[in-house]
Amino acid sequence: MQNNETMRVQDRKSRIEKHHIEDLIGRSYMSLCVLLLIISIVSMVYFVTSKGISTFAIDKVSLADFFFGTKWSPEGDNPTFGALPFIAGSFITTLLAALIASPLSICAALFMTEIVPGWGKKLLQPVIELLSGIPSVVYGFVGLSVIVPFLRNVFPGQGIGVAAGALVLSVMILPTITSVAADALSALPRNLKESSFALGATRWQTISRVILPTTLPAILTGVVLGMARAFGEALAVQMVIGNAPFIPKSLFESASTLTSVITLGMGNTTMRSPHNNALWSMALVLMLMTFLFVFIVRLLEKRRSI
Amino acid sequence: MRSKKSWIMALALTSVLALSACGNNGGNNTAGSNAPTETSGAELSGSILASGSTALQPLVEQVAEKFMEQNNGVDIQVQGGGSGTGLTQVAEKQVDIGNSDVFAEEKLKDADEDKAKALVDHQVAVVAIAAVAHPDAGVDNLTKQQLVDIFTGKVTNWKEVGGADQKIQIINRPASSGTRATFEKFALGTKTEDLKGSIQEDSSGTVKKMIGETPGAIGYLALSYLDDSVKTLNYDSVEPSVDNVVSGKYPVWAYEHMYTNGEPNEMVKAFLDYFLTDEVQNGDVTDLGYIPASKMQVSRDVAGNVTNK
Repeated sequence: MQNNETMRVQDRKSRIEKHHIEDLIGRSYMSLCVLLLIISIVSMVYFVTSKGISTFAIDKVSLADFFFGTKWSPEGDNPTFGALPFIAGSFITTLLAALIASPLSICAALFMTEIVPGWGKKLLQPVIELLSGIPSVVYGFVGLSVIVPFLRNVFPGQGIGVAAGALVLSVMILPTITSVAADALSALPRNLKESSFALGATRWQTISRVILPTTLPAILTGVVLGMARAFGEALAVQMVIGNAPFIPKSLFESASTLTSVITLGMGNTTMRSPHNNALWSMALVLMLMTFLFVFIVRLLEKRRSI
Repeated sequence: MRSKKSWIMALALTSVLALSACGNNGGNNTAGSNAPTETSGAELSGSILASGSTALQPLVEQVAEKFMEQNNGVDIQVQGGGSGTGLTQVAEKQVDIGNSDVFAEEKLKDADEDKAKALVDHQVAVVAIAAVAHPDAGVDNLTKQQLVDIFTGKVTNWKEVGGADQKIQIINRPASSGTRATFEKFALGTKTEDLKGSIQEDSSGTVKKMIGETPGAIGYLALSYLDDSVKTLNYDSVEPSVDNVVSGKYPVWAYEHMYTNGEPNEMVKAFLDYFLTDEVQNGDVTDLGYIPASKMQVSRDVAGNVTNK
């Protein structure tokens, strides 16, 4: 009897139980996924960086010529690779789009969370989600068929240009800013609002003096995320912006962005040609900008008071 | 802790090796398919991978479908990506056929010159390009000099070339485009810079839409894209028609190339030969708006010298 008991204890000790195996499988699977993620990110960064640097290392284009040169003529007899028009175009369209979209999104978020949280949210939420699900080529096509002719009829110029690009982008980044802002607003502690009302503040005073200042870092996070999306968007912008490699003097003049020049040229150039390398350098600039946006978002998160 | 770290390192190393092995396998597969799998006379089997020019892609896809119906063992995949991609990939043996709108020598220059020499050209079709304008421009014909003046920005109003009093809006293709290269080389005879205010679109479909909708617009399109929404312009009083291209009267045309790296193997050769049969040349090639290469009464070399056949 006694002997039998020890046998059973020993048996239990040596046997690998089912949950140990499950644990092991789960852990290895997770590690593998994480590893794959890290490897792909690191190799992507490495790839873009090594290709992007070759413009300067192999083709001997000077950094100043690339970043401050305004003449882009990659296939000419005397090729020049001035990327400033594209960098400027990207920044102008992105900032304009954020300027147009931010007030609209913040108002939509306030409407959803503060003013009519009931049916307002029920109505707006699906609409916003739908907006973010529409493919960018559809935005581009609508821009080309509706916004461009409209701008052509109302303003001087051909309708194509930075204004059209910024308008299309602003609709595309609306959902990003709205959903981040709405999340932040609904996460606001109730007592903050209630104390404000208890002090006799009106709804407008509460929103403008209490709610918006407290949630500002979170709302700005949304704006920066929206700008990151706008900065990286290629197809829709390329369809309406005109793609002339010049810094535009008016909002209705054909211009280019980093993404549009990359998508226009990448397929038609051969690997390792100076033109192709210059496009990779612009991809590198785009990637660094994305890092910068992520960095700004991180900074804002730290400042978050709620 | 230390052992855990080394375990992670080992895992990382193995997965990197596994990944690179995958890459190698992929390469080997394509290379393997290059080798003829059957001796001559037997039925063909294997797979062919083609990539490159989007202008040529629909034709190659359609012909590939028919070829696969006739040869059950053959699997042909056609990818786009652009002429540059096709040439790069065929030069690096990543694909069996590289489709291109331009001669390989024009894209693979300088350091890559040797690569172009290894490629074998198969000219399967001809594409002619016409200058087109918005219907209200009021012009039917432009001389070479007038076109040059317009595309270099010397002439900015249609009335200067005999049309309506309207500002000219250039709608271009990107500098790397094969269509633009052909137009500049054979219609203008010179490379042009992108002008301020000009518009660039990356597909012929969008170019056509823009020219049709924008007052005063001028651009250029392959013959297969032409319809009533745009005005086709004569070039030096020659109408851009198939007959004029075939006889060599209309000069703005280029070959569509399918490049192989070295002489093609039996299966790829059979496919390329099938491309040049009358059935395909007078059928699919003509149907899709290209001009059969076999019909051409003139031929042209890399340098652009035209000779009568």
